[in-house]
Parts: sequence; C-alpha cells; structure tokens
Amino acid sequence: MSGLPLAAFLDTPPLGELSQDALRAAGPQAAATLALWWPTLALCSAVLLGILIALGYALATSGRAVRSAPGDLSSLANREPGLVRAVSVGVALSTVALLGLVAASAATDRKLASLDTAGALQVHVIAHQWWWEFEYLDADVTRRFVTANELHLPVGRAVELVLDADDVIHSLWIPNLAGKRDLIPGHTQTLRLRADRAGVYRGQCAEYCGYQHANMALRVVAEEPGAFTAWADRMRAPAAAPATPLAQQGRAIFENGTCAMCHTVSGTPAAAKHAPDLTHLASRRRLAAETLENTHDLLARWISRPNALKPGVYMPDQAYSESDVQALTAYLETLK
Amino acid sequence: MSIHDTRSAELEATWRDPPGLRGVLSAVNHKTIGRRFIVTAFSFFVAAGILAGLMRLQLMHPGNTVLGPDRYAQIFTMHGTTMMFLFAVPVMQAVAVYVVPLMIGARSIAFPRLNAYAFWIYLFGGVMLYGAFLLNVGPDAGWFAYVPLSGPAYSPGKRVDFWAQMITFTELSGLLEAVIQITTIFKLRAPGMTLNRLPLYVWSVLVTNFMILFAMPAVMLSSTALIMDRLVGTHFYNPAEGGDVLLWQHLFWFFGHPEVYFIFVPALGFMSTIIATFSRRQIFGYTAMVVALIATAFLAFGLWVHHMFATNLPELGKSFFTAVSMMIAIPSAVQIFCWLATLKTGRLVMEVPLHFVLAFFFILVVGGLTGVMLAAVPLDLQVHDTYFVVAHFHYVLIGGAVFPLVGAFYYWFPKVTGRMLSGVLGRWHFWLFFAGFNLTFFPMHVLGLLGMPRRVYTYPADPGWGALNLLSTVGDWITGVSFLLFALNVWRALARGMPAGANPWGAPTLEWATSSPPHAANFPRVPLVRGVAPLWLAEPYAGHVRGLADTQREVLATTVLDAAPDHRMIMPTPTIWPFLSAVATTMLFIGSIFTPWAVVWGTVPVAVALVAWFWPTRAETAEHLALEKRP
Amino acid sequence: MRCPELACLALIVCLAGCERETRHFTADVPGPAYPGPRAQTGTVAGRAENPYARNAYAVNEGKRLFRWYNCNGCHAEGGGGMGVPLMDAEWRYGDRPVDVFTSIHDGRPDGMPAFGGRVTDDQIWRLAAYVRAIEGRVASATAPNRDDSLQEAKPETRRAGQ
Repeated sequence: MSGLPLAAFLDTPPLGELSQDALRAAGPQAAATLALWWPTLALCSAVLLGILIALGYALATSGRAVRSAPGDLSSLANREPGLVRAVSVGVALSTVALLGLVAASAATDRKLASLDTAGALQVHVIAHQWWWEFEYLDADVTRRFVTANELHLPVGRAVELVLDADDVIHSLWIPNLAGKRDLIPGHTQTLRLRADRAGVYRGQCAEYCGYQHANMALRVVAEEPGAFTAWADRMRAPAAAPATPLAQQGRAIFENGTCAMCHTVSGTPAAAKHAPDLTHLASRRRLAAETLENTHDLLARWISRPNALKPGVYMPDQAYSESDVQALTAYLETLK
Repeated sequence: MSIHDTRSAELEATWRDPPGLRGVLSAVNHKTIGRRFIVTAFSFFVAAGILAGLMRLQLMHPGNTVLGPDRYAQIFTMHGTTMMFLFAVPVMQAVAVYVVPLMIGARSIAFPRLNAYAFWIYLFGGVMLYGAFLLNVGPDAGWFAYVPLSGPAYSPGKRVDFWAQMITFTELSGLLEAVIQITTIFKLRAPGMTLNRLPLYVWSVLVTNFMILFAMPAVMLSSTALIMDRLVGTHFYNPAEGGDVLLWQHLFWFFGHPEVYFIFVPALGFMSTIIATFSRRQIFGYTAMVVALIATAFLAFGLWVHHMFATNLPELGKSFFTAVSMMIAIPSAVQIFCWLATLKTGRLVMEVPLHFVLAFFFILVVGGLTGVMLAAVPLDLQVHDTYFVVAHFHYVLIGGAVFPLVGAFYYWFPKVTGRMLSGVLGRWHFWLFFAGFNLTFFPMHVLGLLGMPRRVYTYPADPGWGALNLLSTVGDWITGVSFLLFALNVWRALARGMPAGANPWGAPTLEWATSSPPHAANFPRVPLVRGVAPLWLAEPYAGHVRGLADTQREVLATTVLDAAPDHRMIMPTPTIWPFLSAVATTMLFIGSIFTPWAVVWGTVPVAVALVAWFWPTRAETAEHLALEKRP
Repeated sequence: MRCPELACLALIVCLAGCERETRHFTADVPGPAYPGPRAQTGTVAGRAENPYARNAYAVNEGKRLFRWYNCNGCHAEGGGGMGVPLMDAEWRYGDRPVDVFTSIHDGRPDGMPAFGGRVTDDQIWRLAAYVRAIEGRVASATAPNRDDSLQEAKPETRRAGQ
C-alpha cells in the first residue's frame, strides 16, 4: 500500500522495517501471489460494479406499484425471451470469468511450487505455545544450532522450513515473504520461500493456539549472505563466560535455580528443552515472541513476573529476590 | 369466497393449545412453537451481538486492556458458537416451523409433539451453554474447537465439554426439525399443490433440510469423539496412539461448510418470496431457481477442504476444491440474474422488506466475490485466518442471511401478530444497519491484507492497524443503534401497531389467505390449489377440502409429487410429555459431561418419558376408530 | 423445606464450577502462609487447605510443572523409582495438603531436595494439588486428563479413589 494515501492514514511501517503486510512482497512467493491478487481484485470489482449497474438500471426502469395493486401472472404464459437471453449471457460470462480464475489460480500454484530449492537453507521450525524454535540444519551435525523467535535468512537463497508443532496446531505466516502453512502435531510440513530484499519482517501465528495466540509473533531478519554467515557463526559459538562478578553470580543462580530446568545456554550445564534457547538472548531485539523490547528493565520484569506481562504464559513467576533478578539480568545481558 | 364459516369456532377450540402453565408446557401447535423458536433464536442473536460489541470494545485500540486473554477467548468462542449453532441455523428452521405449513395450506406441521420436543431440546442446550458461560465455564477453544487445543491435554476443566454437549443438543434438535419439515413438505401440502407449484421458499427449506440430514451427523460424530477423548480418555485425536488431529477438521468442516448453506439457502427463499411480492410478478425462471438451489446443495458438500488449505494436503486435491469452491458461485449467479430480471420487469412496491432484500445485491455479492478470492489456494494462504476472512464471512452471512431474514421479519410480522411495523422506523433501521455494517466490516478486508490475524485479543501498535479497528468499532455502535430502533419498532407495533388485515402486502402465497394472526387450525377450510401464486389468480381455489373432522385434529395427507389426496390422519393432541422427555434428555446430556455412567442411568427417565408420551388412551382410540368407520 | 436446600445445593454446585474453571495466571489466590519448618506440621497449620485443590487449570499447571521441574526424574510419573512412588495410598510423611507442601518446600531425608525459595509458594501449591491427582484423590472433573502422547498409565481422571 506504499503508493496509496491510505498508507499515511494507517501509519503502516515501510517495507522491510518490521512490516507485516501481504500487499508488499519481499520475495518471489509473495510476489507471485500478489501477481494473482491484483487482477483478481480488478475482475471482482468489475463484476460487483456490473451487478450494481444492472441493479440500478433495473430499479430505474421498472414500474412502481402500491401495496394494494394486483399481481401480474402474465409471465407464466409468456416466455420472455429477452430475459432468457440476458440471464444466459450473465451466467455464461460469470462461468467464463470463474474458469479464468481457476486457471490463474492453478498457474500461480505451479509457480509457487516451482521455487528452485537447490542448495536451500534448511531450518526446522517447531512451534510451541507461544514461541517459535528454530533449528538450523546442516549435513554436518556439529554445525547445527538452535535459536528462538528471531529467524535470520540469507537474501537471495531459497529456504526450506520444515514445520512441526510441539503441542497444539499453529500456523506460520510471514506475509511479506509467503503464504501461511499450519504446524500440526503428528504431520510434518514444509514451507519454501526466499527473501529477495534485505530487511526486517514481522510474522505471526495465524491459527488460534490458546490464550497468548495474540502474542506469538516472530521477527524475520533477511540479510546479505555475508552478514548471515557471520550471524550463523556467532550463533554456533557457545555462550561466553561472564566477566563481571554480578554476571557470574547471575550465572550461578541460573544454573542452580529454576531457569536451567527449562532453558538451554549452550556451553553450560543448562540444557533443558522446554523453553527458548537463551545462548544468544542478548542479541535478539525482543523478548517473549516479539511481545516486549529487549531492554534491561523489561528483561528484569519478565524474569520475575512473566505472567503480569503475558498472562497465561507457561514461564512461571519466579521466587528470586530483587538482587538475584539483577544478577540474572546482568548474566543474560552477556549472552550476545 | 371466504374461507371462514360458522364451524370456525369449533375448529379453533380443537386446535388451540390449552391454557395455564401446564398448557404452556404442553403446547404443540406449530405456530406457538414457531413463535417461541423465533423469539428464542433472536434472544441468542442479541446475546451474541452484545458479545461482539465487547470484542470490538477490546480491539478499539492497540494494546487495550478491557478484556484479558481468558475472558476474550470465552467471548469470541461464545459469539461464534451462538451465532452459528444457536441463532443462524435454528432461526431458519424456526421461521420454517411457523411459515411452511401456512404456505403449503396445511393445518399442522408433521409430528407436532416431536416439534415441541425439538424446541425444548434447543432451548435447554442454549440455556445450558449460557449458564456455563455466566459461571466462568464458557468454552474458550473457538467455535471450531480444533483439537488438540480443545482436547484433554490443553483444555482442562469442563469448558469444552459444555461446548461439545451443546453441539449434541442443537444437532439433535436440528436433525429432528429436518425430519419434521421434510415430511411436512412432502406429505401435508394442500391438494393441488404439486411440486412444480411449490413456492420457492418452501423449495429452499426442503433443500436445506436435506442438507442438514446429511451434514449434521458428521459434527455429532466428531464432537462425541471429542467428549470421549476428554471424558474416558479415548484416542481419536491423539497422534501418539494412532489418532489424528486432522480428522477433527475434516469432520467438522464436512458439516461446517454445508452449515453456511443451511443459513444461506433459506435466505435465498426469503429473497424469492419478497422480490416476487414486491415486484408484483412471478420470479423469472422458476425451474432455473429450483435447479440452482439443488445444485448449491450438492456442491456445498464438495468444498469443505477450502477451510484447510494451509494443512498438508496434496496439491492436486487442493485444485479440485478450488474449482468446486468457485463453481458454487454459478448457481448463485443464476439466482441473482433471475432476480434482477424480475425486478427489471416488475412494478416495484418500495416497502421496508424490499429494502433489506436489495441490500443483498451489494453485501452478498461483495462476500461472494471475496469468497471466490479465498477459493484460490495462493490467495487463501495469504489471507486465511486473518481479518480478511472475518470480513468475508460476515458479508456472506449478514448480507446473505441476516438482511434477508430481517426483511422476512418485516414481511411476516403482520401475519404472525396481526400488526404492522412502522415503515419510517423500518427505513431508519435499514439505513443505519446498512451503514453500520459496512463501516464495521469493510475495513476488516484491509486489516487482513495488512497482516492482522483473527482471534487475537490484542495487537501491537507497530503494524498500523489501530485506525481501521477504531473505524470498525464505531461501525459496530451504529449497528447497535439500528437494532435498538428495530426493538423499539417491534415494541411499538405490539403495543399500538396498525391492524394488518389478512393480506397487507397483496402477496400471492397461501399464508396470506388466512386471518392475521392465523386461525388455530390455519385454514378453517383447506383450499384446493390451482396455481403457483394462488392469491393472484382471479379464482384462487378450485374448491375446498370437505369431510375433515372439526372435533379432532384431522389433516389430509397428500401424495409426494402430485399432492393428490392420499389418506386422512389424526394429529396428536397437546401433552406435557415432550417437555418432560426433553428435561430427561437434558439430564442425560448434562450428566454425561461429568460421568460416562450418566449415559446408563440417564436412559431410564428418558425411556419412562417416551413411553408415557406414546401411551395410547382408550377414549382417543375409540374416537379415531369411530372416525374411520364414519367419515 | 426442600426448596432452600435445593437452592443451596445448586449454589454450591455453581460455585464449585466457578472455582474449578478460574484461570489463575498469576499467584492471585494467596495460599495459606507457609506453614513453617517441619516440626510444626501436624499442629494448627496442618489443617490448611490447598487453595488449588478444586481448580482444574492450576492442577493441570501443576502437572506441567511436575514434568518441567523434572519431578519425573525420581518419581517417574508417580510410579516411583529413585524417589518414592506417589500412586500408593500410604505416604511416609503424611498426605494432607500441608504435608505435601512441606515435603516439596523443605525436602525430606533420603534425597527429596527442598524447593522452597527456588520455586514460588504458589507453584508449590499447584504441584501439591497435582500430586494428589496422581493418586486419584482429585475429583475427576478437576483432575488433569490424558496427554497427547503414548499412554504409560491411566489418566489422572480415571484413577482409583477420586
């Protein structure tokens, strides 16, 4: 909608700046869909206009009567060939238009299915109530790594997202890049897409998945291949040992308290899989599946009282003292 | 030639429902049950409308905190469930309960006691659901209740069980009504009303009820399996033990998509009825209209998968469902063009019912065209489960069903009450509703394209969805005001509306031949029909049926195709047992939410009530035998 | 005289419904104050009720925490293992709500660690409520139901005792 005055009224972000908008494509899949959308919209608008004109014409040219006027049954005897012709033409035109749309839809389907996935990046996406887990696959298992809620993609390279759900049905939707695909327990699916334009896109769960469905979003960062490789290398590295005493204290609390029962920080004893991988938490822009900015204050509040910020979230409220929370926050902020 | 004569009073006494509280609970006259059915359905409509208002209030601004996630989940689930299961389908059957026997010249509906039972079951199911909701046991997994979210592991407590059992109630009621109405239409038409003289509205009811008969068992099956998963730990939907979560979606939408047509097809009947009356001519293309209705019913069973394009289905299969989903637009196109031809060549009486029907040509057509867009898999994958879909189906259901329904309300209100609704207030209601509706739902198309998913209790400010949501909420308020005017209009008409007379609109069909409100026996003298629009004929009837007893509820059954007299039969008298049977059934259903053993002990009172219901009395049998010997 | 009784009964049933279904996302039902060190149990504080005993959502949360906090590691779905079994009737340290609370909060000899201070009291009450459900001591309308996984044992709703 960039060219329309509507965009200014709506205050939607520009493409690639955290946009979430099916009308602006940043990759071939979304573009192919848009190439079907605009002609379909034009055709449908023309049909609507045609019917309204026909209605207006009918209303303008027909006679008027009052409630007590008698009904006219002459049409039962007369064949009304003019009307037969008009209705037949209308139905024939509708049928042709619909067949055209069926064909266009099938052609677009083919185009979507023909995305060249040679050398595609493979990412295993696992949806949880209410966050996203991304495991970057690699033939060399030592090069695999796991992250959460922030999906980095190399621009210009096809990506194959292997979709699974851990609990209930979710749906992965990044409107600027591709149509959605459900993540269904017991059924693995794949979604193939490519980002051709660097930028940050917002995606969101599109299938109702419980109380925090509204706050189950993700951030997609499409970056140049070099930047992507550098990012992936950073993600593969285990967490650096904290330097400051406060952060060291935080690490001890993390590993001996409840945090390590659910979270992983690679390179440390914390290796549980119930909750997002925190190895590089500080490098992520937002917390809790795009719910909160990743700032010091919000992180501290999130650690101690997550349910006040995202009611119903499975991360339990914590019993840590204020100083423990500060230490934990300091530790998590070292996980870049 | 008047159809009233001196025997009218005796006949009235025979067919009237008894007085007193016991009489209220024993009523079986189809007009009494029909009125109750309609009032109950509209009450649920109001309740669900209030819930919609609460949702719009919450979504007015980004990050609003009027409702939390738990309350919002219950409210959107209740809104959808109420509108689909407790309003839209029942109200269409309810109008048919009242109107169809009158329209086909019958003195009664078939199986009048079963009809009363179906109403009580529906009422109790709805009251149970709202009782649960008010006690914070309202279902919260969506009106579609997808497993595993609605399953035992992710919906603790009894919330979803109440939802699933509400399905059992309403589907039982719906299936019984389908049987009753099909039988009525096939066997109780006035002599001479051959199938090709059947009013188009009655055709639409017939088609709808056949669809109900085939579609509703699917959802009863799936919801029963859900209850069993939740209550006794079966594994229908547990992939780890050989179940499948997609099984639910297939069964639910195999019902759920035809369900849209349960609502839409009777509304097509309202359209044809009102357009014919207010154009002062027959609908152009009667045969084409009937064939289109039947084609719609068949195609409606072939497109449930378009609700599931985002699941893992083979591409070729999806293309098939794309084609069927688009092709179902053709029968609708046939009807729209036939109506336009009728309007073009008619002489229009611009009354309120016609206004509501004309709105269909804008609203339903917009909804139909967005439906065509959604049938294309690539477009669907973008806008599925977004506000685009919310806009689409509100355009279809409100434009395609509620506008014609409200038109039908204005149209038949004088027949039911004997009073006219105010035309001035009616026009205000219409224009405010039309404006408010479009303001509420049109922006949602754009919201969906801008990426706003459905069923979110809150949304962030960043994507820029706030302005359109605010607009939508304002539209909802205007719609609310329009319905307050509607309520005022009804109240005013009941208190001091103009007397209507038998046929205030100059309409052609049989229900307008009798008094307003109709005689307890509908037609003191049952007419012999000689045309599709009898009241517009110079000589409306070919005579009257003679020889039906005045002291018994005797009716004439006719043959299915030609409506030739077949045999006389005696309709049952009022009794409290359908009510008591419904109470016993309700105990069984509600009990089985908590323990499977209720299915065992609950059958005892149901069996007792049913036996009492059908217990013959010596006196009645003697009278019936006497009538057989001495007609 | 039957009517008021019936009305009261209906009210109780309804209130039970309300309490069973409330979603306590935060610790908004303060449980009885921490009953104190082991020595005190069995006295006054011993009569304290579990605030979540009748709340289906909280018991279900307790079930999730039971797994996430790896209680399974020793108690193996209630069947025992390294830790004591929880599905049997006789409990060494008592089976009143407050005894279960104290066992989790302060730990017990022979390996049960103390979770007090690491896990909030609110969560301990949820866990304690679930522990009773393992044994089949929670009403079937409140108890958690089967999982979407391979069934190793009967769902809690269908265990003996109820």
